[in-house]
Amino acid sequence: MIGLTHYLAVSAALFVLGVFGIFLNRRNIIIILMSLELILLAVNINLVAFSAFLHQVHGQIFAMFVLTVAAGEAAIGLAILVIYFRGRGTVAVDQADLMKG
Amino acid sequence: MAAFAFYLFAGLLLTSGLMVITTRNPVHSVLWLILAFFNAAGLFILLGAEFLAMLLVIVYVGAVAVLFLFVVMMLDIDFKALQRGALKNLPLGLAVSGVILAEILLVAMGWQPGQGVIVHEALAGPPEGMTNTQWIGSQLYTRYFFVFSMSGLLLLASMIGAIVLTHRRRIGNRRQDIGAQVARTPAGTLGVGKAGLGQGVEL
Repeated sequence: MIGLTHYLAVSAALFVLGVFGIFLNRRNIIIILMSLELILLAVNINLVAFSAFLHQVHGQIFAMFVLTVAAGEAAIGLAILVIYFRGRGTVAVDQADLMKG
Repeated sequence: MAAFAFYLFAGLLLTSGLMVITTRNPVHSVLWLILAFFNAAGLFILLGAEFLAMLLVIVYVGAVAVLFLFVVMMLDIDFKALQRGALKNLPLGLAVSGVILAEILLVAMGWQPGQGVIVHEALAGPPEGMTNTQWIGSQLYTRYFFVFSMSGLLLLASMIGAIVLTHRRRIGNRRQDIGAQVARTPAGTLGVGKAGLGQGVEL
């Protein structure tokens, strides 16, 4: 019998994978953005699992809002990436300290 | 059967998640990400959230992943150079993610539902006579209407932001300047002159 704990375990593992991905590819902002998508996906799985096992619909609605934010964030992030690449010719974000005070 | 499907989807989801962050080629990374989204959609269907599963496939695979693919292929990025020194971050990454995993497990082990909250053993679908989509809509368009409108506004803001950020005016191409066209008067553009015989005209 697959219970709530199983889904929460999958979600936790995926979340940790996303965090690990950010550290592993600290220079490559494309992979960092993909890791962020993985993290938000883990959050969504958590919300939907709770929604299903509490017999409430609110978790699914919040998962929808998370989806909206994820889509907007990906669009803005990639737009920033494109203009950054236009100016610097690279996407190595560990050197992105132009605005350092 | 449901248990088999769960372990299949969950295993593939975690495997493809691991491949997303470890593959050398970013195009492959995006493709693994698409596989991860499909498997998450499978998990959602197992949980009875069909609408969200379809939304995941349409929005994530159809829009976000394709956006990633576009950017990866459009920009000529030297990924080899980006990979240099990646292993240097490995110990720190392992430490931080290990700590986060331990904390999550610690919290999850001792977690108890709050007063009056019942965590059911079995899944139950939407109320009698409703589909999952109707169930979501019945709450989304009533109780959560304000938040729903705000999320529409958020999408508009991110769309305008992305366009404004990436739009650039090219120098040297002939764009239509409506202001200049409207401001033209006959006095500035028309003239009557005499053309002398055998002399031509000077413009």
